[in-house]
Amino acid sequence: MNRRRSHEPVFWVLFGAGGVVAALTLPALVLVTGLLGPHDLLGEDALAYGRMRALAAPWPGKLLLLPLVALPLWLAAHRIHHSMHDLGVQVRPVASALVCYGLAAAGSALALVTLVRIG
Amino acid sequence: MSTRTIHMEILRYHPERGEAPRFESFEVPVHHDSSLLDGLRYVKDRIDGSLSFRWSCRMAVCGSCGVMVDGEPKLGCQVFLRDYGARVRVEPLAHFPIERDLAIDQHDFLDKLQGAGTWLVPAQTLDPAEGPRRQTPAELERFSQFSHCINCLLCYAACPQYGLDPDFTGPAVLSLVHRYNEDSRDAGKAARMELLDAEEGVWGCTLVGHCSEVCPKAVDPALAINRNKIESAKDYFLRFLTPRGRP
Amino acid sequence: MSRRRPYVRPMAGWWRRNPHHFLYMVREGTSVFVGAYAVVLLWALTALADGPDAWSTWLATMRHPLAVLFHLVVFVAACWHTVTWFAVSPKTMPPMRLGGRPVPASALVGGQYLAAIVTSGAILYAAAAAA
Repeated sequence: MNRRRSHEPVFWVLFGAGGVVAALTLPALVLVTGLLGPHDLLGEDALAYGRMRALAAPWPGKLLLLPLVALPLWLAAHRIHHSMHDLGVQVRPVASALVCYGLAAAGSALALVTLVRIG
Repeated sequence: MSTRTIHMEILRYHPERGEAPRFESFEVPVHHDSSLLDGLRYVKDRIDGSLSFRWSCRMAVCGSCGVMVDGEPKLGCQVFLRDYGARVRVEPLAHFPIERDLAIDQHDFLDKLQGAGTWLVPAQTLDPAEGPRRQTPAELERFSQFSHCINCLLCYAACPQYGLDPDFTGPAVLSLVHRYNEDSRDAGKAARMELLDAEEGVWGCTLVGHCSEVCPKAVDPALAINRNKIESAKDYFLRFLTPRGRP
Repeated sequence: MSRRRPYVRPMAGWWRRNPHHFLYMVREGTSVFVGAYAVVLLWALTALADGPDAWSTWLATMRHPLAVLFHLVVFVAACWHTVTWFAVSPKTMPPMRLGGRPVPASALVGGQYLAAIVTSGAILYAAAAAA
């Protein structure tokens, strides 16, 4: 019997990494950037421009921020792709994979380029 | 001693009548020790002899009497009617074609089981004169639970991925593949990887996880499948480092 | 001689028929909000790169009532993702052994909650430190 090897491991590894990063950091990150920070509940300059630049400009900061932004995109892409199959709304699996993982790849590339741009 | 009764709403299907399946209700006495299977046998013996269903051992060993009970896959012999109220819905196992009444078509599963290499493949021909091949308790523990499968198909009825895509190998067969891969006496893992690595192998699973909850033998198919996602991912990436890897 | 005519039941709406399957879809559904939040973070990065004005605009947008509502929903979804991710981790993680015995599932899950609490504390502390 000749079976075709699935390329799922590539996306599964990124999905797994995204799932771990999201599970460990997202609740706290949402509090900081969405619920407490913008309303000065973490101190008045918690999200001040200069402070954020000081975080994102050095290379260790970039290496910290890149996975925080990019990996959850892969988590979402993977699950949305499979959920469309589960819900029976996938017209063609290849098209759904291209759109979902393509957007995650584009988002990751944008995050990388932007972080470099913050220089 | 007075006994209460229960309305068993059973999904009936007759292949020669050209009608879609429909529920039919039967009033059945409930004793303290009446299993759902006893209820089905009461219907067949006393009310309607044309009711079709499979059963044999009455003690959760043969794996024949799996049905959907109020939407959950269960062995009819393991369910007590006393645990249900005025009515209980009984349907054939989900995701399988209905042959007649509660009897489903198992051929797809049996074909998959035959094609998966779920038997011991020793490294070399063994000479019985050398005596038994011993295993340590730790070696046994690695596969023991997965060998308890009785092929009752409850896990397939619990798995929407199998229902959505019948090409998916499914929980029980993948657990049995894991059972032999983990056996210290076995040398057949390389040949079984082709199935695991495929879309219809472990990658058809999205870890719904219901298979492990419905298993009447406490096998954990979701664990077996997800352990093998790790194995398959290793196989995927490391083949570039080993010259003999499959493409 | 009987004629076979196996009847295949439809799958449409399968996830609404079983509570376990419904919870599975909810678990998968959290990813929509995780993805949307990642896009907001991406937007924050581009604003940071574009300069102080763009950053102020992003920060002001985050104060909009709709943004607050959005982040409340994301917060619930993210917490639910954490709970469900840890819950299945004994099945998804590579087998771990300690002193020759498998690490019990409760210890694996507990260890991850501990890691999440430490990480969250570190993020909140680092964010608030300058205040």
